[in-house]
Amino acid sequence: MIRIEQLTKRYGATSVVDEVSLVVERDSIMAIVGTSGSGKSTLLRMINRLVEPSSGRVLLNGRDTGAEPAHLLRRRIGYVIQGNGLFPHRTVAENIATVPRLLGWEEKRIGARVAELLTLLQLETGVYAHKYPHELSGGQQQRVGVARALAAEPSVLLMDEPFGALDPIIRAKAQEDLRHIRRRFGITIVLVTHDIEEAFRLGDRVAVMSRGHLLQCDRPAALLTRPADPFVTQLTGAADRALRLLSLTRAGDLADPAGSGGEAVAHAGAGEVSVAADASLRDVLADLMWQNADAAVVLDAGGRPCGRLTVAAILAQGRAR
Amino acid sequence: MRRVAACWPLGALALLAAFLLAPQRFAPLFAPLNPDGAPPIYNQGNLLALALAHLGIVCIAAVASTLVAVGLGILVTRARGAQFLPLSRTLVNFGQTFPPVAILALAVPLVGFGEKPTLIALFAYGLLPIFENTVAGLESCPAALLEAASGMGMSAGQRLWSVELPLAMPLIFEGVRLSVVISVGTATIGSTVAAKGLGEVIIAGLLSNNNAFVLQGGLATGLIAILLYEAIGLVQRRVCGAVRLD
Repeated sequence: MIRIEQLTKRYGATSVVDEVSLVVERDSIMAIVGTSGSGKSTLLRMINRLVEPSSGRVLLNGRDTGAEPAHLLRRRIGYVIQGNGLFPHRTVAENIATVPRLLGWEEKRIGARVAELLTLLQLETGVYAHKYPHELSGGQQQRVGVARALAAEPSVLLMDEPFGALDPIIRAKAQEDLRHIRRRFGITIVLVTHDIEEAFRLGDRVAVMSRGHLLQCDRPAALLTRPADPFVTQLTGAADRALRLLSLTRAGDLADPAGSGGEAVAHAGAGEVSVAADASLRDVLADLMWQNADAAVVLDAGGRPCGRLTVAAILAQGRAR
Repeated sequence: MRRVAACWPLGALALLAAFLLAPQRFAPLFAPLNPDGAPPIYNQGNLLALALAHLGIVCIAAVASTLVAVGLGILVTRARGAQFLPLSRTLVNFGQTFPPVAILALAVPLVGFGEKPTLIALFAYGLLPIFENTVAGLESCPAALLEAASGMGMSAGQRLWSVELPLAMPLIFEGVRLSVVISVGTATIGSTVAAKGLGEVIIAGLLSNNNAFVLQGGLATGLIAILLYEAIGLVQRRVCGAVRLD
């Protein structure tokens, strides 16, 4: 768990981060979103003390981060930056091994860890371990950057615009990877982005910053339905907030199991639309519109019907509360 | 064809070795330069010994300028040393612009005749290219890499040693290469203050109006410069083969 208490960074008379307090729960993803110059990156960099706070403090699992030398603190915190920052003179394996080497791990343990991470990120060890960063594609470099940050099994991962340099398709894949990593390792992630869509997709909670102030920190749905500030409304997009709200709920969460019995299965036969339980309501609605249907059968991971979803129910979900 | 072209330094080395080990064999080549019957091959000392002495002075001076220039370059690219950059730049520029002959003249009264004044002149003359290339190499490290290195928990020293210096290494090597080549030629003037070296051959030729001697001294010096240039390039490729900044 990360507890940020009244953290402030001043340069001269201007405060780039002004008395921000924030709690990131263990094993959750906190997305910090804001325009450029909002202080979001500075806030992130104060957590691992790449920027020293002017006042306030950060507690990491209850311990004040100011209590130990900054470079020792940073070895316990994973860090991913935009454009990955891989060392061009070191191979993929050497890049990933950076922090374990700093920590003095045995070579055998380092080798096993590197292989494990490469496999996790779908980079075949035999093929990629000895390549240099310039031999990889942008998406592969980004994955190696994540592997390097995770190498020493940190409990906290900080990411500064990690997917900013990727094209949309690779970006979606990288976001999917991150969700997978979180499930696999149980790790607390703080992610800075200027992309509200990305913040909503990844963040369990989203913190909105503007001009050094924290305007609101809440679940994505609450940001849409109860914005605390006009800037939050503006950032989250007033025009399509109903659709954004729909994209936050999975089909499986709203499906009506009452209709899943024999009746639904019977209906599923002739031309009935079926959707996956983990599809977002936004996608389901689009699908129903496209296929000119009023209802869909929701299928669970095993492909078995687990409920029924009507257009009316989806529309109700998108209404202001 | 390319393979043959890549082998030419070996040919140059063989030629130089043959000339230094058995100079008399080359007499027919140089004889036409001295129609008056003067000796066609330098006969006032051992050419091999002179070449080795020449090489020795250049190497000692190059090692000293490399250590000082790289050290200074590291210092002025640290946050704490940045204020010394203008001063350091002025000093090494002065070392390059002040004529080596003048340094010799000034140094002789202080340290006497022989190798010492020559070493001082070569040392001062060789600082600039190494210093400037070290600074350029260290300053060209992408900020994102430095941030990544610090963000992963490298101390300032670890960052310098394992990220900044390896990335600056190709440029530092270029500086050393340039400095050494200039030094090999400049070292010939050391003979005016009695330092052992191939300059002796050239000066002997000038004094006795023997063009063959002048040419021999000049060619041997030139071959050494070219071969050192190639040799340092070889070491450079070995040391920083993988460094690419793209």
